[in-house]
Amino acid sequence: MAGKTLYDKLWDAHVVRINEDGTALLYIDRHLVHEVTSPQAFEGLRLAGRKPWRTDAALAVPDHNVPTTDRTTGIEGIVDPIARIQVETLDQNCVDFGITEFKMMDKRQGIVHVIGPEQGATLPGMTVVCGDSHTSTHGAFGALAFGIGTSEVEHVLATQCLIQKKSRNMLVRVDGELGAGVTAKDVVLAIIGRIGTAGGTGYAIEFGGDVMRSLSVEGRMTVCNMAIEAGARAGMVAADEKAIEYVKGRPYSPTGDSWGKAVNEWQQLHSDADAVFDKTIVINGADIEPQVTWGTSPEMVSGVNSTVPDPANEGDAVKSEGMQRALDYMGLTANTPISEIRIDKVFIGSCTNSRIEDLRAAAVVAKGNKVASNVKLAMVVPGSGLVKEQAEQEGLDKIFIEAGFEWREPGCSMCLAMNADRLEAGERCASTSNRNFEGRQGQGGRTHLVSPAMAAAAAIKGHFSDVRKLNG
Amino acid sequence: MDKFEIHKGLVVPLDRANVDTDAIIPKQFLKSIKRSGFGPNLFDDWRYLDTGEPGMDNSNRPVNPDFVLNQDRYQGGSILIARDNFGCGSSREHAPWALLDYGFLVVIAPSFADIFFNNCFKNGILPIIQSAEVVDSLFNEVNNNIGYALTIDLPNQTITKPDGSTFLFEVDEFRKHCLINGLDDIGLTLQHVDDIKKYEAKRKESAPWLFGT
Repeated sequence: MAGKTLYDKLWDAHVVRINEDGTALLYIDRHLVHEVTSPQAFEGLRLAGRKPWRTDAALAVPDHNVPTTDRTTGIEGIVDPIARIQVETLDQNCVDFGITEFKMMDKRQGIVHVIGPEQGATLPGMTVVCGDSHTSTHGAFGALAFGIGTSEVEHVLATQCLIQKKSRNMLVRVDGELGAGVTAKDVVLAIIGRIGTAGGTGYAIEFGGDVMRSLSVEGRMTVCNMAIEAGARAGMVAADEKAIEYVKGRPYSPTGDSWGKAVNEWQQLHSDADAVFDKTIVINGADIEPQVTWGTSPEMVSGVNSTVPDPANEGDAVKSEGMQRALDYMGLTANTPISEIRIDKVFIGSCTNSRIEDLRAAAVVAKGNKVASNVKLAMVVPGSGLVKEQAEQEGLDKIFIEAGFEWREPGCSMCLAMNADRLEAGERCASTSNRNFEGRQGQGGRTHLVSPAMAAAAAIKGHFSDVRKLNG
Repeated sequence: MDKFEIHKGLVVPLDRANVDTDAIIPKQFLKSIKRSGFGPNLFDDWRYLDTGEPGMDNSNRPVNPDFVLNQDRYQGGSILIARDNFGCGSSREHAPWALLDYGFLVVIAPSFADIFFNNCFKNGILPIIQSAEVVDSLFNEVNNNIGYALTIDLPNQTITKPDGSTFLFEVDEFRKHCLINGLDDIGLTLQHVDDIKKYEAKRKESAPWLFGT
């Protein structure tokens, strides 16, 4: 019999029962909750007279709607009354149903996918769900983590389980070494460029190879975060010493005898040498350049030294039309060098790139430089209150502020522009977030996805620029 | 959830690939704490010429005459056809809520994003996968025939065209059963309380760190 993949192992360890039709009732270890996709689920519980199955498995935090500007007036300071009601509703639901919440004014508040790992609430071997597609982030620890809809949020609250059909196994192996100045974000954008936004649909992706092993745990989170942008609900990386070291000593991590027992189990969280994948993609790490998206889908991506592609060269009519529509929306002309695209705003943040390493990477580029005069706003939004505190201890806030960046409070911010941080129609943004869809950062806004270092380089130059040349 | 058995409805062609859930229902409408009322803001950025905000009177807003939902011949449509990877992006269940609230009960495309596909079934919407060739021919037929309607028979898993020709579609047995009977998943899962408790007891033994005190 062939060995098991990491996904097989995680799946098998959580099957409560197999239903007659082959679907499984899958047990969920950790349920992360935020204000946008939970109110209707709590309301459903109330209407049916149901209680949460296990309150200790859930952890809640407001992140999508919170302001990133001055918070001294608390929730009252949320100007938009509808957004304020949503945050208040989460607070009230957590009180009513007995769920732990890091409220807006709590130092531990932040983006749900940043605080889970930061608190040790995400551990290797867990099943982790959240009503948010970027839950795949947590797979970086050798966990099975995926996003769910609100009906499923209610289902997990009520039963601690989900009815799931097993996905197929895909291995994306990134071999060799990355060049200097090439980061985890560039790796995942290059993968999506290669397999497409639907390339992973129906699969759970394991990211492997020397490059994944050499990436930090934070870098792995960046890669797994965007598995969903390749169509895969779950992305994961084998648990290794780095992952185990990362979770050690965090508030929710096991201690004492439990720690040793847990580590023994976690050391098995890798695909067996003879495991069989339904599909394998191999990418050479050395071939990856710093990436910049040029269109309205994350698969529309090129190296920074390339040009905007020409729809006329695309043979598939539906694709060619899609490319032309994207160029029209983005206000770009085919064959323009990427490095000649001038920007209006810069956003460094989001569940993809707002952890301490991301901020350090951007600060290295920003240090001693000034934001270009054509850039109206460059903002840095840390992923959590604790990331912000750490960055301030390291003096990163001062580097950013001296260079002309705004230093903000933690939250999802301009990744999806549910709060006041957004692009105006026609504005062009270098963004470290995960989606460049039409209107994602504000109606009519134009998003180019890049790494933190590339975003900082674009801020300094006023246009996209190869960060490797900037440093050298 | 309403039961879904046989549905005959007008077909609306949305000729785009990678229609994402941000396009289906833009973020500003996600601030609602209700499940209903999203229909007037379905495809808001494409449908109106101004910027939509929650609480606006949508009947007075300038509409984009080029957008398919604003064309007279497609008023009252309940079956949407689209290209590859429909529903990609965010997990927001507000997307199927908006489609349903507008009146769409069926979406036909060559492929769907997983989370969206799953969310549809939880809300009484039937997503149907057909080959790119079949979807392409449907686009042609819809474009060339005003009032083009399809009959979707879920128990028999058939699609019937206006000329009476019929073709089959696939659907998971369990999802079909739930849709036809309008069943609530939670009620079904709670029939297995003993299994869940047994699993938990075993897991507490082998991995106690996964359980709080």
